[in-house]
Amino acid sequence: MKRLLSRLGLRTLALAYLALILVGPLAVVFWRTFEDGFGPAWDALTTPETLNAFKLTLIITAIAVPVNTVFGIVCALAIVRRRFRGKGLLNAFIDLPLALSPVVVGLALFLLYGRDGWFGSWLDDRGIEVLFALPAMVIATIFVSLPFVAREVVPTLREIGDDQEQAARTLGASGWQTFWRITLPSIRWAVIYGVILTTARCLGEYGAVAVVSGRLQGETETATLRVQERYEAFDLAGAYAISIVLALIAILVLVAMTVIRPKEGTA
Amino acid sequence: MSILVRNVSKRFGDFVALDDVSLDAESGALTALLGPSGSGKSTLLRIIAGLETADEGAILLGGKDATAVAPQKRNVGFVFQHYAAFKHMTVRDNIAFGLKVRKRPKAEIAERVDELLNLVQLQNFGHRYPAQLSGGQRQRMGLARALAPEPQVLLLDEPFGALDARVRSELREWLRRLHDVVHVTTVFVTHDQDEAMEISDQIAVINHGRLEQAGSPRELYDNPASEFVMTFVGDAQPLGEALVRPHDIDLLTEPVDGAVEAMIVRVTLLGRDAKVELHDASGAELVVLMTRDRFDDAGYWRGQTVWALPQRERVFAETA
Repeated sequence: MKRLLSRLGLRTLALAYLALILVGPLAVVFWRTFEDGFGPAWDALTTPETLNAFKLTLIITAIAVPVNTVFGIVCALAIVRRRFRGKGLLNAFIDLPLALSPVVVGLALFLLYGRDGWFGSWLDDRGIEVLFALPAMVIATIFVSLPFVAREVVPTLREIGDDQEQAARTLGASGWQTFWRITLPSIRWAVIYGVILTTARCLGEYGAVAVVSGRLQGETETATLRVQERYEAFDLAGAYAISIVLALIAILVLVAMTVIRPKEGTA
Repeated sequence: MSILVRNVSKRFGDFVALDDVSLDAESGALTALLGPSGSGKSTLLRIIAGLETADEGAILLGGKDATAVAPQKRNVGFVFQHYAAFKHMTVRDNIAFGLKVRKRPKAEIAERVDELLNLVQLQNFGHRYPAQLSGGQRQRMGLARALAPEPQVLLLDEPFGALDARVRSELREWLRRLHDVVHVTTVFVTHDQDEAMEISDQIAVINHGRLEQAGSPRELYDNPASEFVMTFVGDAQPLGEALVRPHDIDLLTEPVDGAVEAMIVRVTLLGRDAKVELHDASGAELVVLMTRDRFDDAGYWRGQTVWALPQRERVFAETA
């Protein structure tokens, strides 16, 4: 009886905490958005600037996710399967974006690609726009969402060991065949999980992109920047509506993750 | 295809895994690499397969230098102690793997896989996944997978080490019979001297990265080249200055020249054999094995004083 109580107590505490911190604010946003019905929310979502903001967010995500997936798998393979000088450094650097504030990342890019930055004048001479344009926003997003695939894949690679890869080699498989037929199928769940986390991070990125985008309405404004802009313009309905879409996408991603991820201990 | 190992050395940091090892495995022979764990026997097998590279020395497969050849081009079959089954593939797909990467025609692959499933008696398990098999079945699958591309050389790294004793001895016999049918040059690693004695044509005893002796099981047992070989292949114990096997001691009731006085402290009947344990004057233990018939005829008893006379003993100048 006492154990049952303590179990129920723990459960209640955990759920109450989640409700207070996560679900409560989300529910309020939902409620405020649809306070006056669907009409105003729909109107706020379909302005050209807002549509452009969503388009931009999707484009950036569509570039950053594949890049970081490939990079993450390559890094994980290097860290787990190879021995080389500077491996510890690589391992530590992968976590850097998690530790570093995105604003600092944005500022660093600013210093690199700005007019007075290291590459700035060289790029400027050739008429290549990086800052206040898509390239800088993509680079910033790639930077902040870089660790997730590698961090998911590394422990899985360690766990499966290299026995199967060695077996494949002795059976006549080339390195490439071994990767596609043995390694990748073995780590597929970790990769999918990493991709989902990366996608979520890309969609939600704010700080770094805010610094390097210049926030030009209808041009270099992503969905998250648009929320802030609408909020500052006292268009609360607009801000809420965009937030809702972002929240829905996040929930969708989480649901996908729960459905896709195999039960603990299998695969 | 014969395997020649020529002066192979390998270090891992400060640890010397192999020290100037040379070994010949004749075409079609079954060779055991026998040694305690950490002796370097698995490293040698992995170097033959190309999974490790030797620091010095050469590997010749079928007379050709294969030292620098990548593992996937050596045409060897390798069986791993912990199976290394492809977990995401069915038994069929596991066995077919070596043929698929060689881009053989589908019909040919299917036919060969059926043939191998029969050979390893897994006909009804083709569509199962490795996780649904017992250890013994997994290892038979591992063997079929290794044999599928018709390798010139079959290498087995403690293939039965992870299995329980009964399955182990079954598979051991089965491997011997399989080898009589398939006739592929086979090298297998084991730390179990019975396993090595029972199925191999040749045993190479490896200790501390050095080859102690290579020869037929009988040669090793009858003419061990070192104290290590004598104690590792069959039992042996010191008696005076020499080493002697428990079967090679007579117990006499009268003192004779060369016999050691000892007292019987324990008698154990082991079915067909009797084990007599003795202490000599200095308290050193001695074990003597004899047939039940001999034991019953002599009627030894606990506390009796006897004289142990070695029939066949060996003195090795250098003690390892």
